[in-house]
Amino acid sequence: MRNRIATWLQGRGYRGVIIGLPYIWLLLFFFIPFLLVLAISFGTRTPTAPPFGYGGEHPWISFVGYSRLFHDDLYIRAFLVSLSNAATATVLCLLLGYPMSLALTRVSSSWRNILLMLVILPFWTSFLLRVYAWMGLMGKNSWFNALLTDAYNLLTPAAWHLNNIPMMHSNFAVVLVMVYTYLPFMILPLYANLERLDPVLDEAAMDLGSRPFRVFLDVTLPQSVPGIIAGAMLVFIPAAGELVIPTLVGDASSPMIGRVIADEFSSASDWPMAASVAIALLLLMVGPMMLYTHYQSKAEAGDEP
Amino acid sequence: MRRRPIFLITVMCFGFAFFYIPILSMMVYSFNGSRLATVWGGFSTKWYVSLLSNKQVGAALLLSLKIAVVSATAATILGTMAGITLARFRRFKGRTLFSGLVTAPLIMPEVITGISSLMLFILMAKFLGWPSSRGFTTVTLAHITFSMVFVTTIIQSRMLQADRAIEEAAMDLGSKPWAVLFDITLPVIFPAILSGWLLAFTISLDDVVITSFTTGPGNTTLPLLIWSKVKLGVTPDINALATLTVLVVGAGVALAGYLLNRSEKRRDADARLAYRDND
Repeated sequence: MRNRIATWLQGRGYRGVIIGLPYIWLLLFFFIPFLLVLAISFGTRTPTAPPFGYGGEHPWISFVGYSRLFHDDLYIRAFLVSLSNAATATVLCLLLGYPMSLALTRVSSSWRNILLMLVILPFWTSFLLRVYAWMGLMGKNSWFNALLTDAYNLLTPAAWHLNNIPMMHSNFAVVLVMVYTYLPFMILPLYANLERLDPVLDEAAMDLGSRPFRVFLDVTLPQSVPGIIAGAMLVFIPAAGELVIPTLVGDASSPMIGRVIADEFSSASDWPMAASVAIALLLLMVGPMMLYTHYQSKAEAGDEP
Repeated sequence: MRRRPIFLITVMCFGFAFFYIPILSMMVYSFNGSRLATVWGGFSTKWYVSLLSNKQVGAALLLSLKIAVVSATAATILGTMAGITLARFRRFKGRTLFSGLVTAPLIMPEVITGISSLMLFILMAKFLGWPSSRGFTTVTLAHITFSMVFVTTIIQSRMLQADRAIEEAAMDLGSKPWAVLFDITLPVIFPAILSGWLLAFTISLDDVVITSFTTGPGNTTLPLLIWSKVKLGVTPDINALATLTVLVVGAGVALAGYLLNRSEKRRDADARLAYRDND
């Protein structure tokens, strides 16, 4: 018996083990849980433990969760708030990240390594602590808030005087912290894309008399579209499903969708509803995910002729 | 001839200020004597003292490190296998589903991953009787699952760059597949395995959302401890904790950069020597 296993392992078993182990693991701990969520989204809430069931007085498959999605204001609002916060953060990340990535390709190589490391370094520190850092800055008594308040009072009529700017617990705070925590996700793919562009094209356009901004619009920008889309999706997808940031700095009266899922699940203990919202979020994300996988490989390959 | 890109440099300086001012401010305020975390009340190290004498913090850190080491090691083994699969086995039954399963956790919102894992554990406990309680085991299982796919992407891209000729030569000379794997493939991709492990380790050490769903009472990791404190507002001992984290991570990254740089230089020197000997 042991001998037969040994021969099998040396022959066809090699592929079997290498493919099989991670396959089984992902099926068991990722795919089955996903199917569970899908199945529970068609169930109904019951007072049993676990709190869902099928059949009984309801039809076997229930669409209660999904129909509530369209009829209850809370869910529609949450989806809209999530999408608009994530989209705003993505656009701001692009506006800030694109010039930064372009600048990184223009500095000398010794500087570039140091600056790239400075972009990545926050990645290795705690995400939670980076969100927390902004809680300190945005608070009513902080030096940062005082600075902004002074600037505001200086620029606006005396009648609009403010003692401090209420930044915390607003969509503004959520977007600001999202830009802060997700900016590296925008910079890194964009930089990888821009770095591979051929500078000869720039120079040719310059020699033919184009002004630098024209060169950027006509030569650099079109070639960096894959990088822009890959980076944008890398920011947009996690931002739309974000839970930590809106919980800590967001407006509790208009929650984002991640918060709604967690609350339905934990506080309301309504598994079918939480599952329906989760499936709806995933369906909304399918488009961005496909865009991302399509453009990510292109961005990494650069624009090959 | 190129003009200096003044606009780009300005935006870049603003960007780096944006990155680092919040962190620096937090570090400065960790030495704040006042109990009000955002009002300066003189220099003091009392928050460090209170942090370091807090037994809860020590226990949470220990649990986090245990989970991170175990889950990163398992995730590296499984993720490396998956990376080799995707890079070397071009055709097998179910490859499409497999590559989907490897990509999906990367883009799945963490809330959904957390809730679906918890649903699995609760249903397993009800119908199989295991896991009887949630804590180290369940958190580790969940961490392995979502960090192994990060290892896979690293290994896959490294394998696609690596030269297959050496592996094929060894096979042609009669080496068994496992010998080729351990003697050639793994040593060649070892740096990628190491960075995969490090990434899995930091992902696990940093995770809040998935841990908060898959853990049970009494099993608090460090991020969960911070999470429960921070939800109530800004507290000065978290500033101290953040400062220590940034210093440890910064020192680690600087050391890793230095070692990497040195080994690269040595390799270059070796390569030069080898070429000279050949001439």
